[in-house]
Amino acid sequence: MPENISLKVNGQSRDITVEPEEPLLYILREEFALNGAKYGCGLHQCGACMVLADAEATFTCLRPCASFEGVEITTLEGLAKNGRLHPVQKAFIETQAAQCGYCLNGMIISAVALLESNPKPTTLEIKEALNPVICRCGTHARFIQAVKLASQKLNSKP
Amino acid sequence: MIDQHLTDSSRRSFLRTTGHLMIGFNLLPLAYCQSKGAENEILDYPGIPVRPHIDPKLIDSWIRLDAEGYLTVLSGKQELGQGIKIALIQIAAEELDISPDRCRIINSDTGQTPNEGYTAGSNSVEGSGKAIRNAAAEARMYLLKMAGEKWNTSPSSLSVKNGIITSPNGDEISYWKLLEGKFIEGNVTGEAVPKKPQDYQYVGRPLLRDDIERMAKGEAHFIHDLRMPGMLHARVLHPPSYSARLESLDFSQVEAIPGVVKVIQNGSFVAVVAEREYQAVKAWQKMKSLAVWKKSSIDKLPDQLHDSIKNTSGNPEEIQMSPGIAEVHKNAAIRHEAEYFRPYQMHASMGPSCSIAVWEEKGLTVWTATQGVYPVRATLAELFSLEETQIRCIGVPGSGCYGHNGADDVSGEAALIAKQLPGKPIRLQWMREDEHKWEPYGTAMAFQISAALNTSGELVAWDTKIWSDSHSTRPNGRAGSFISARHLEPAVEFRKGGFSGGSYRNGIPEYTIPAKQLQLYNYAGPLRTSSLRGLGAYGNTFAMESFLDELIHKAGKDPIDFRIKNLEDPRAKAVLETLAEKTAWNSRQKTGNNGFGIAYSRYKNSTSYFAVLAEVEIDKSSKTY
Repeated sequence: MPENISLKVNGQSRDITVEPEEPLLYILREEFALNGAKYGCGLHQCGACMVLADAEATFTCLRPCASFEGVEITTLEGLAKNGRLHPVQKAFIETQAAQCGYCLNGMIISAVALLESNPKPTTLEIKEALNPVICRCGTHARFIQAVKLASQKLNSKP
Repeated sequence: MIDQHLTDSSRRSFLRTTGHLMIGFNLLPLAYCQSKGAENEILDYPGIPVRPHIDPKLIDSWIRLDAEGYLTVLSGKQELGQGIKIALIQIAAEELDISPDRCRIINSDTGQTPNEGYTAGSNSVEGSGKAIRNAAAEARMYLLKMAGEKWNTSPSSLSVKNGIITSPNGDEISYWKLLEGKFIEGNVTGEAVPKKPQDYQYVGRPLLRDDIERMAKGEAHFIHDLRMPGMLHARVLHPPSYSARLESLDFSQVEAIPGVVKVIQNGSFVAVVAEREYQAVKAWQKMKSLAVWKKSSIDKLPDQLHDSIKNTSGNPEEIQMSPGIAEVHKNAAIRHEAEYFRPYQMHASMGPSCSIAVWEEKGLTVWTATQGVYPVRATLAELFSLEETQIRCIGVPGSGCYGHNGADDVSGEAALIAKQLPGKPIRLQWMREDEHKWEPYGTAMAFQISAALNTSGELVAWDTKIWSDSHSTRPNGRAGSFISARHLEPAVEFRKGGFSGGSYRNGIPEYTIPAKQLQLYNYAGPLRTSSLRGLGAYGNTFAMESFLDELIHKAGKDPIDFRIKNLEDPRAKAVLETLAEKTAWNSRQKTGNNGFGIAYSRYKNSTSYFAVLAEVEIDKSSKTY
């Protein structure tokens, strides 16, 4: 039976009436009209559906929306602050780190979560952090380059 | 970016001046072309109005200068993540001397772009780029002629900078002011001489793809991101195997699921339509658990595949024969023979195939991530017995396009479903398992190579045998190419792809060898196969270059030096020399714990050059080998 669920997405709280078991991904795309999180595998195995849940990179294609109540959800769209892109987004654009780009959401979300906890990661740490996200085009070298650039950008801030 | 170049003509007057060209084209899905705010940002094109493609000979079919001060490029090739949007814009901007940020592009839409077949074979810049370059050069010549007449001066005395023509007397006029919203009434005659490469200012520079920025911000980009008013969500219940038939399914249990709008059955083609996407997923899960299928067993299991392919009956195709090659082999100093095998390969695109279709009184519109909007339109026309002019296929980028994946099939299925719910845009997205089970695979292949060196260490013979299924099952106007057509009632017989040159792409070595021979065994395997990244080139190159390393090792030679000495093309040599330099090959540590693999290839033996070094190290402490 549909229930009233309260979600906080990109800083805005909203109540929706929905089946509590419905995975968050569908709510984000359908109720919030967001594009960042995407359906990839439907099994929490590819990372296309990732969001930041209390700053942690989290899968959304299976996990019920009700379990996200009381959690700060940040999607790709919510990374920009005051009209300024997040340094990770800027770095991905500058590095042109995408072929088809379908995995970009998971890559950027994972990179943001990594740099939040570890502002100067090694190449190995970057690889480990991006490992849950699958890219089929083979753009990995660019992603690593982009995260390194983002790390520089963040650390050079006054 | 408002500037002084704009003419006074409004979009409205522009429409009026071009109105006659819209007559006869009655399938403008205007309801979906007009902006619905951010929801429809992919479709809302702020430049030129929609107008049907008439003739590729018209300049205007490729290049349009609109009333608002922009250049619009039209291309029949689709953006697949290879970056052709910006590449083609650069080409047009270059010839016309317009800043690329004043240029836009429309790709792949049977309602307005030229028919350029499939976006395949790494041909887009070569093909579409050439057409756009010629049209843009012609447009520039036309505009300079107009300005010359206006100022009574020779066109050759005029110069252009960012779309503004300047005369020796200092007169200035922009392209847009000159045209006043009218069309360039000219053909691509070939008389215009394109710019010389040394004069390029935009081509050859790595300009940024603006779609990457959109994606990084989470803006709508993919076909998956399209949202339309009244849109419903669909899922298809594919059978468990190609030839399975539906025996029973209690539809009443599916129809009872909240949100389900319609359950569709046509023979063994079963689909569900719901208001919300997750409701469609739930209904699909229910249908999957309820459906009873009549299945036949699969006749070749993976461990039987190698023997099956090698036992292909019939005579091989003789692609290149070298009589007397056996004799050369017999008299050679060093001989080597080896076999390689490649299993079936998936595209396995990260986003499952997706399409949106809507049936209206006037016809069918399909938003599709296909590589070929015109071929898909022709195929839909056959499937539904419609005239092609009653169908419009609009290309929208999909996920991970490496060839013929499920994008065409899902478009056909979306149209089949939408037909049952006229007026409703139907968004069909495959489930992950649909993608892996139902996409056309890259075929399994086997390779057998034997080669020989003479006493001077020169290659004297190279004999290749290839076993391969089809590399092309793309829909080209035959409804049987759509995977679901065989499940309909009456069934449309599945159309297998023809065997083609794709199998031996890059199969004949470029190396200098007096006797080269290649034979191809066409294998009819158990799975549907079609185009996947380079067709046969990937398997052939892997086999050929692995084999060459083995042969060189046997001869005790250096693998890079040997390749350079056995190639004639200076660019081929240069790419290997660059590889040696970049990897510090000559001073590289060769400890015995590490091994190296070298490969060189020129795609299709005619396009890009490539060389790679792979280093593999044995970590003896972590595992026993």
